[in-house]
Amino acid sequence: MLEIRNLNAGYGEMPVLKSVSLSVSKGEILSIVGSNGAGKSTLLKSISGVVRASGSMDFLGAPIVDLKPHEIVRRGIVHVPEGRKIFPELTVSENLRMGAFLNPQHYRSRIEMVFDLFPRLAERPNQLGGTMSGGEQQMLAIARGLMGDPKLLMLDEPSLGLSPLYAETVFRSIGEINRNGVTVLLVEQNVFLSLSISNRGYVIETGSVVLTGSGQELLENPQVKKAFLGM
Amino acid sequence: MLFFQSLISGILTGGIYALAAMGMSLVFGVMNISNFAHGDLMMLGMYMAYYLFTLLNIDPFLSLVLIMPAAFVFGYAIEKTMINRVIGHPSENQILLTVGLGLIMGNTALLAFTSDPKILTTSYSSSSFNLPGDISVSIPMLLSFLVTCLLTAVLYLFLSTTRTGMALRATSQNREAAQLMGIDVSRMSAIAFGIGTLLAASAGALIAQTYYIDPFAGHTFLLKSFTICVLGGLGSVIGAGVGGIVIGVVEAMSAAYLSSEWKDVVVFVLFLAILLLRPRGLFGRKGEQ
Repeated sequence: MLEIRNLNAGYGEMPVLKSVSLSVSKGEILSIVGSNGAGKSTLLKSISGVVRASGSMDFLGAPIVDLKPHEIVRRGIVHVPEGRKIFPELTVSENLRMGAFLNPQHYRSRIEMVFDLFPRLAERPNQLGGTMSGGEQQMLAIARGLMGDPKLLMLDEPSLGLSPLYAETVFRSIGEINRNGVTVLLVEQNVFLSLSISNRGYVIETGSVVLTGSGQELLENPQVKKAFLGM
Repeated sequence: MLFFQSLISGILTGGIYALAAMGMSLVFGVMNISNFAHGDLMMLGMYMAYYLFTLLNIDPFLSLVLIMPAAFVFGYAIEKTMINRVIGHPSENQILLTVGLGLIMGNTALLAFTSDPKILTTSYSSSSFNLPGDISVSIPMLLSFLVTCLLTAVLYLFLSTTRTGMALRATSQNREAAQLMGIDVSRMSAIAFGIGTLLAASAGALIAQTYYIDPFAGHTFLLKSFTICVLGGLGSVIGAGVGGIVIGVVEAMSAAYLSSEWKDVVVFVLFLAILLLRPRGLFGRKGEQ
């Protein structure tokens, strides 16, 4: 579905991603794990076009590397950024309306699906986004992303700052979203949680892919155990 | 009676300030740029109203119908060709660009229209009516105020109910997230600057009968617009609306009870006081610089 070859990206003169190659297959949950500063977020930002990148990036057979962010969303890739970045002064339903910016005609059917997934949001459509708790904001951010009817949903640190209980709820929702046919690309600090629900994973270190395998294989890999699971 | 007279004229003048400041605030919110050419855009509105009246005999209130679309297109084009290049760049670059644009506009006006102040006089320019208690209300100022209210209501409805309006607000609240929703943020910037220019030029046209028109007539309004934006909270359009009225009334009151030389001093003392005591302004967002 998404084919990345020799991708380089960085900020100004500083390279962050060095010749990264990876592929995402339709229907899977794919995890990117790595320590802080390894380039996981930059990878997602390059895919969504927020950070300029060079190399080759094909989505559903068409090159997307030179497209602007809003053009990439139109192709069906939706990026839920780290830190949630909801619109604080828009209400819950206005936030969701913005999520469906490119396909307002599907707003009604999408919002039913999203409210089913996150009933908590359905209870308070008129609350301002900025006044919600961290966990609720994270749900809103994911829900907002789903409003865009993504083929590929990229989640950056969805459990960051959440209580373990909330984190588990969010992860259960991710599994459900995936079963509904959305391919998921997941970047997550909580390596154990993310690899457990993933079909495959890549380990990134200082901007390069160093290891890849199925979620289970990576969980059992001694290097991964030592570096990320403290075992 | 002095109190009510000052209150009324303060509110009427404040409406114009509000209109100019709302344009500046919208631009600041969506683009994060302080537009130092805002006063010069207002000056262009004054001259447009003046020449449409003297050459073609179009009433300044009617000429708004021509001035507004022209100003929008002009602002949109300036943004697309120049201002979009400095979005997200250091503020020195932005200040140099907008100050430079302002200088070019002001001095082009100086060449074209000379420095002689022009006066736009219609049949009703100096007419007024009296409210009970001998309070006089200037007809052109009252009309200007009503037009301002109408424009503000339209702007409010546009921002709160239309898809583009909501996208402008989203861009102003979080530009990166707006991009990720599929909003073309560079187009939003151009629209915001177009609307900002439209509001500035409208404010200019609306006061064209009340103030002397000269190539640098916009500069006092530039400073006032900044003060109002800070008072209302930078980026808050409603804040700019309320702030404009507040500044208008404060000015009129200080002119009445102190002296008219002191009114600017009072306004800038207020400005400093806001910066010290409530830097995010009346309607500003929490945690924003």
